[in-house]
Amino acid sequence: MTLAPPPIAMLAELTHRCPLACPYCSNPVKLARQDTELNKETWISAFQQAAALGVLQLHLSGGEPASRRDLTELVTAARAAGLYTNLITSGIGLSERRLADLNQAGLDHIQLSLQGTDAAMADEIGGYRGGFERKMQVAAWIADIGFPLTLNTVLHRRNLHQLPRAIEIAQEMSARRIEVATVQFHGWALRNRDALMPTREQAAETTRVVTEARARLRGKLVIDYVPADYHEEFPKRCMGGWGTTGLNIAPDGQVLPCHAAQTIPHLTFDRIQDKPLAEIWHRSDAFNAYRGTDWMAEPCKSCDRKTVDFGGCRCQALALTGDASATDPACSKSPHHASMQAQAADHAAQVNAALTYRIAPGKPVPAQGKR
Amino acid sequence: MEASEIPALPRGVRLHFDKIRDTWVLLAPERAVTLDAVGLAILSEVDGTRPFGEITRTLAERYNAPEDQIAKDSSGFLDALRDRRFLDILP
Ligand code: SF4
Ligand code: SF4
Repeated sequence: MTLAPPPIAMLAELTHRCPLACPYCSNPVKLARQDTELNKETWISAFQQAAALGVLQLHLSGGEPASRRDLTELVTAARAAGLYTNLITSGIGLSERRLADLNQAGLDHIQLSLQGTDAAMADEIGGYRGGFERKMQVAAWIADIGFPLTLNTVLHRRNLHQLPRAIEIAQEMSARRIEVATVQFHGWALRNRDALMPTREQAAETTRVVTEARARLRGKLVIDYVPADYHEEFPKRCMGGWGTTGLNIAPDGQVLPCHAAQTIPHLTFDRIQDKPLAEIWHRSDAFNAYRGTDWMAEPCKSCDRKTVDFGGCRCQALALTGDASATDPACSKSPHHASMQAQAADHAAQVNAALTYRIAPGKPVPAQGKR
Repeated sequence: MEASEIPALPRGVRLHFDKIRDTWVLLAPERAVTLDAVGLAILSEVDGTRPFGEITRTLAERYNAPEDQIAKDSSGFLDALRDRRFLDILP
């Protein structure tokens, strides 16, 4: 058996704790409690093993990574291991002092999330009053220090109309890049499809705004765009292909091929505290389950795009068809595509649907919303 | 890119030798660009002080190649990096 190529990127979910409660949070519905979180030494060992395996880019994420008191020490260790170190944050929990420390520690880049372009929208979506004002303060500190910045926006039916303003805010913050991501329906977002599903018209308008802004801001602001895949012809290649490019480590040490992999019930995940990372990457059942194309069924099996998109997202296939090895129903060749689009239209029509917020780790999980 | 423009790698963009894959890469936000010998030679000359014209002249002498050919090849490469905001032009 030939070995898979080494991974390029690793996402370290340092904690599931977060002051915000975004209804589309990609964390699993069953959140890892604080007392199960990896300690600092184990994270540092994970960073060193990742670098030795071939990882170049480390994303420190969560939850809110600033909720970890040892964040600065973790950044120092990541840089010492030779990793390009990126912090993905809502900004809440970062003080001017802490940012100065992160600067000292060698942090390479910051991705700041934006829940809305004004306090009314942002604080409602994040479920945290005062969050927007605080975030703007943090952005000013980030600019003062001169950290390279990407503004991360998650767009859905409620805030898609704010995209033009979000692009302006990115420029005002001197961000070099903005991620315009239409909400992906995993984790908590799956419970909020009625409240968040964009309409077809919104999806088309978003693409138009992005195309126009890309031309106008060429060389000034880079716009990376994740369209609403429910409305596309072909699915996205997820994680660059299962087990080819990246991996995630959950707060409790489970090593995952993608952040939603835990939703696939027949997969089991090795933990970083039990096995070497290289062994998990190359040999674990979870990483090998959907590597390459051998696992595919029709229509993917005989499709000429099978090494382009690798059949799309396994977790979405599972969530919508009940079979994780099915063709992603976002693909127009999937027998479930029409029913998925009809469902999407139905979700998008629920104009009065309330938000179901994510909860704090350890709190009882609310029952799945019905309508 | 004009001969008088001074290219510079901004903060958060740096050269890195990838020991595992035995190649130089340019590390930038969300990207690792694998560099061939030509890309590495150009970027190694980018120091935020010398204009593009001087860089191409240095490379032309070192590799004994026509300067306009080098300018043409490296200009496209640097412009692509500039479009991704991986390269700044100093005022
Ligand atoms: S999506 Fe919102 S709730 Fe989830 S980790 Fe990010 S900021 Fe916190
Ligand atoms: S059939 Fe499968 S491989 Fe072909 S485009 Fe659709 S998802 Fe991709």
